[in-house]
Order: sequence, then structure tokens, then C-alpha cells
Amino acid sequence: MSSLATSRSTPRFEVSPGYWSGVLARLARDPVAMLALLVILALVLMAVFAPYIAPADPYRGQMLRRLRPIGTPGFPLGTDELGRDMLSRLIHGARLSLLMGVIPVFIAFFFGAFIGITAGFVGGKVNSVLMRTVDVFFAFPSVLLAIALSGALGAGIFNGLLSLSIVFIPPIARIAESVTTGVRKLDYVEAARASGASAMTIVRVHVLGNVLGPIFVYATGLISVSLILASGLSFLGLGVKPPEPEWGLMLNTLRNAIYVQPWVAALPGLMIFITSISFNLFSDGLRSAMDLKS
Amino acid sequence: MLSYIARRLAYTLPVAFGVSLVCFMLVHIAPGDPLTSVLPPDASAQLQAEMRRLYGFDRPLPVQYFIWLAKTVQGDLGVSIATGRPVATELGKALGNTLMLAVLATLIGFLLGGLFGFVAGYFRGGWIDRVASLISIIGVSVPHYWLGMVLVIVFSVQLNWLPATGAGPGGSADWVWDWVHVRHLILPAITMSVIPMGIVARTVRALVADILSQEFIVGQRAKGLLDAGVFRHVVKNAAPTALAVMGLQLGYLLGGSILIETVFSWPGTGFLLGQAIFQRDLPLLQGTILVLALFFVALNLIVDVIQTMLDPRVQRT
Repeated sequence: MSSLATSRSTPRFEVSPGYWSGVLARLARDPVAMLALLVILALVLMAVFAPYIAPADPYRGQMLRRLRPIGTPGFPLGTDELGRDMLSRLIHGARLSLLMGVIPVFIAFFFGAFIGITAGFVGGKVNSVLMRTVDVFFAFPSVLLAIALSGALGAGIFNGLLSLSIVFIPPIARIAESVTTGVRKLDYVEAARASGASAMTIVRVHVLGNVLGPIFVYATGLISVSLILASGLSFLGLGVKPPEPEWGLMLNTLRNAIYVQPWVAALPGLMIFITSISFNLFSDGLRSAMDLKS
Repeated sequence: MLSYIARRLAYTLPVAFGVSLVCFMLVHIAPGDPLTSVLPPDASAQLQAEMRRLYGFDRPLPVQYFIWLAKTVQGDLGVSIATGRPVATELGKALGNTLMLAVLATLIGFLLGGLFGFVAGYFRGGWIDRVASLISIIGVSVPHYWLGMVLVIVFSVQLNWLPATGAGPGGSADWVWDWVHVRHLILPAITMSVIPMGIVARTVRALVADILSQEFIVGQRAKGLLDAGVFRHVVKNAAPTALAVMGLQLGYLLGGSILIETVFSWPGTGFLLGQAIFQRDLPLLQGTILVLALFFVALNLIVDVIQTMLDPRVQRT
């Protein structure tokens, strides 16, 4: 009321804080989401500066000192089956593991949003053709599709990224389509069209601004699944190839060591777990800050 | 209802057709010829051409597809390159083992997830909610293949209570319902149940919290409805959605069992899939993926129909 009174006495235009600054403010007050964000940032920094942080060469091993326990002097987290320093390999592993987990979601966000928004905005036959094609890929359980594709294409980083991107396009396209269809029916889009705005202008000004946010939040929720799946592919021997340090692959090569150094063998999985739960908690926080229902 | 089922079927058939097309194409996106894995590397060009004709790979792709489809519809999934046995035979045994594991894991996951989700939603905001929500978020975030390894480390390596791998003593694959065999089922089933547990818990929590905040519950409570009565209302309202989630989870577990089956050397479809991939046994790969994907499509259909029957609020569109 008071602001109304002041504005009446002195005509002044106050810009109300936008939707996104409200979301950020709510997010900043969520301690769990902030902690998760902090962990994610730390992991990203670790990945970027890996060569400067890691105490040893992640590729050089010595058979004489293989499978040392956690707490060995000089090897705080022990050594792996080829005598390589675990701490250094875990630090370097963040690079490929994060990239393999995050990139597919970004690629899928780009293509999925494009397909979904096109289908939702154009509607009609275009919608049917696009969405029925998406339905076919959606009809596969995600793990099965990822493994089928990378199994057929063969191991390797590129094939892994390609398979995972294809897996995440259908769910994102579906969300994008339903959000866009909802927005298209709103009055202001109708008004813009009636006042002569071209289709491109409507999409750029009225649709994108309103649909990209929800689609993006949905996509962030997929990152943890993607991380687990990407490392899972390497764990099966389908993604990253040895001797590259990658958490899933490390878990695979250390599997036979569980009878000798069980806790050293379990370490790479712990890293995947910490990363994936952080992304999940952050995405949850973002979602409730935007007040979107899952 | 019947017209709904008919419409739902009319939607499912093209999807199933598309799924078969994707499975067929899998073999052809593979680098090199599908025959590279069968033929010796020094095979003469004449032999290669001969084999190509024998397997029908010299025909145009659409023709190959329809020949393959016609055989598949009759239950002929081809012959495994590695073992020489029909793919359908190999699959049948493995499918039974995976189904047993996945059904048990879904049941455990549904019971625990339902319990945690219900308690969390009922005491929303309290410490019980926080603990239950933490458990469910761990369930959806943990790499289950790693959890399997950790369980093996604790219960097999350290405590020596349960066997680490296989489905029976000495690696025998013939299942019998006795303790010697059931022991082998415990760790993989618990590992697998963590995924549906987390997802069911999150769904049920949201459902319960939503139902409790609705006016009819507030009204009934004001009229003196006891907690037991509220409980009945909540269960009646939440059950159809929770059951649908459970049904879909069963499909995801069936299709995604490869990671857990690899950890535990469980002789199911996932294990078979792994073998098919690494021996480049393409007919086996194609057949396994097709059957698992069609299973998932059928399960989706059944879940939708049952949910519509149970819950009249679900729109039949």
C-alpha cells in the first residue's frame, strides 16, 4: 500500500524484480541446493586444474607397488591394479566422467528442445510425424537403448557420447512439446498473431522465453542419470577405453581387486555417487525454486 | 472402455513397428559388415560373396527388413553366431532368470519406497520426512553397479555370508527354489530394488502430500474422521498412480538389468546382451534387444489400461 501511495505522490516507474531474479533469490536461500552447487563447482575446478592438483602422473604405474591400501605414505588413497596413484587417477577421472555425463544432456537439450518446440508450435501433421518418431525411441528403456546403440557402434568416447545424446533427446522433446503446446494456446500468443507478428517473431519473443526455462530445469534433472549411465557404459567396457582415467572404467578394471583391496576398488564409485547426488539435489532445489512440479 | 483399449492398441502397434525397425537397423549401423565377425579375416572374396548371399545381405535393406520381420513374427529370431543355437532358446532361459530378479526387486522397491514415501508425505516437513527423502534421493542417485560391488565387499568378501556371483552353486544355471539357490538371489535383488525404491518413494511422497492438502480431507477431518479413515482415503487415491509407476519400473529394470547382472554374473538377459556385444553376435544382440523393448512396450500398454480401469479420473485420450 505504501508504495502505491508514494508512487501516487511522485510519479516514478519501479521495475518489479523479474521472475528469474526471484528464482535465484529463493535458490540462494536453500542450503541443500547451495551445498550441492558448491560440491559441483569444486568437482569442475578439480577437473579443470587436474594436472596442477594431482600429486602424481595418472598413467605411470609400477607393478612392484600395485594395490596398496588407503593411507600408504606417498599414496594417500592407495594404488590401483597397475600400481598407479589412485588419488591422481580419481582427480584426472573427473575430466572424462563429467564430460561424458554432462555433454550428452546439453546436446540432447539442444536437439530435443528444437524438435519439441517445432512440433508444439507448428502442430498438425508436423507434430504427429515428429512426436511419433520420438515415441519409438521413448519406447526403449533408457539403459537398454544406450547399451544397444553403443554396443552396435562399438566402444569409444565419441560413440558413447552419441548413444547417450540419442537416449536423452526423446524425454526432452516430449517435455518441450507439451510445454510449447500449452504456451501456444495462451491469449498473448493469440494477441501477437492477431496484431500481425510473424511466426518467427512469436517463437523468438513469446515462446522461447517461456518454454526454455522449464525444459532446462527438466534437463538438469537428467544429468545425474546421464553421469551414472556414462560411467556405466565404461564400466561395461563400452565407453572410455583404457588406460584413460575415468571413474566407471576404473571401477571395471578394479573389480577383480575387491578380494585384495576392497575399499580402494570402491573409491571410483563413491566419486560417481557424490557427483550424481549433487546434481540431483541441485536440480531439486532449482525445481522447487521455480515452483515446478516434477 | 473397450474403445479406449482399441485406441490404445492402435497407438501401440505403429510404435512396436518402429521399435522393430530400430532393432533391425542396429545391425546395419554397426561398423563393417554384419559378417565380419563370422568370417575368418583371410576369407576369399568369393567365399565372402557366397556367405553374403546365403545370409541375404546382398539384397536391398527394405527387402531384408521384411524377410526378417516375417520370420520374427513367427518366433524365429535367427541363430546365434557364437553358439549356433536358436536365439529364441538362448533368450527363453535368460528371460526367466531376469524376470525373477526384476519382479522380486520391484516388489521390494515398491514396499520400501511406498513406506518411505508415505511416511515422508504424511509427516511433511518434519525430521521423518527429511530422513525418508534423503533415503529416496540416495536411491535415485547411487550408481547401482557400484552399490552391488559394495554389497559384495561387505556381505561376501568381509562377512562371507552370501555368495558374490552366479545363480547357483558351482555356476550352475538351473534354478531350484531352495536356500542354496535363493542365497544367490538376495544381493542382486536388493541392489536392483534401490532404483524403484527411490522413484516410488518420491512419487508416493508427492501424492500423499497432495491428497492430504485437498479440501475433502480437511473437511472429513473437521467432521471427525479418524486417522485410519484418512489413511484409507489416501491409499485409495494414491494407489493407481503408485501402481502405474511400479509397472513401468519393472520394465526399466528388465531392460536395464545388464549392469547389475554383469556385477553379479547373473545368467539373465543383461548378461546375454553383454556376451552378444563383446562376441559381436549380432543376431543374438538384435533378438535380445527386440524382445526386451517389446516387453517394455507391452507393459506400458497394460499399465495404461489397468490405470484407466482403476482410476476413473484418468482421462481416456
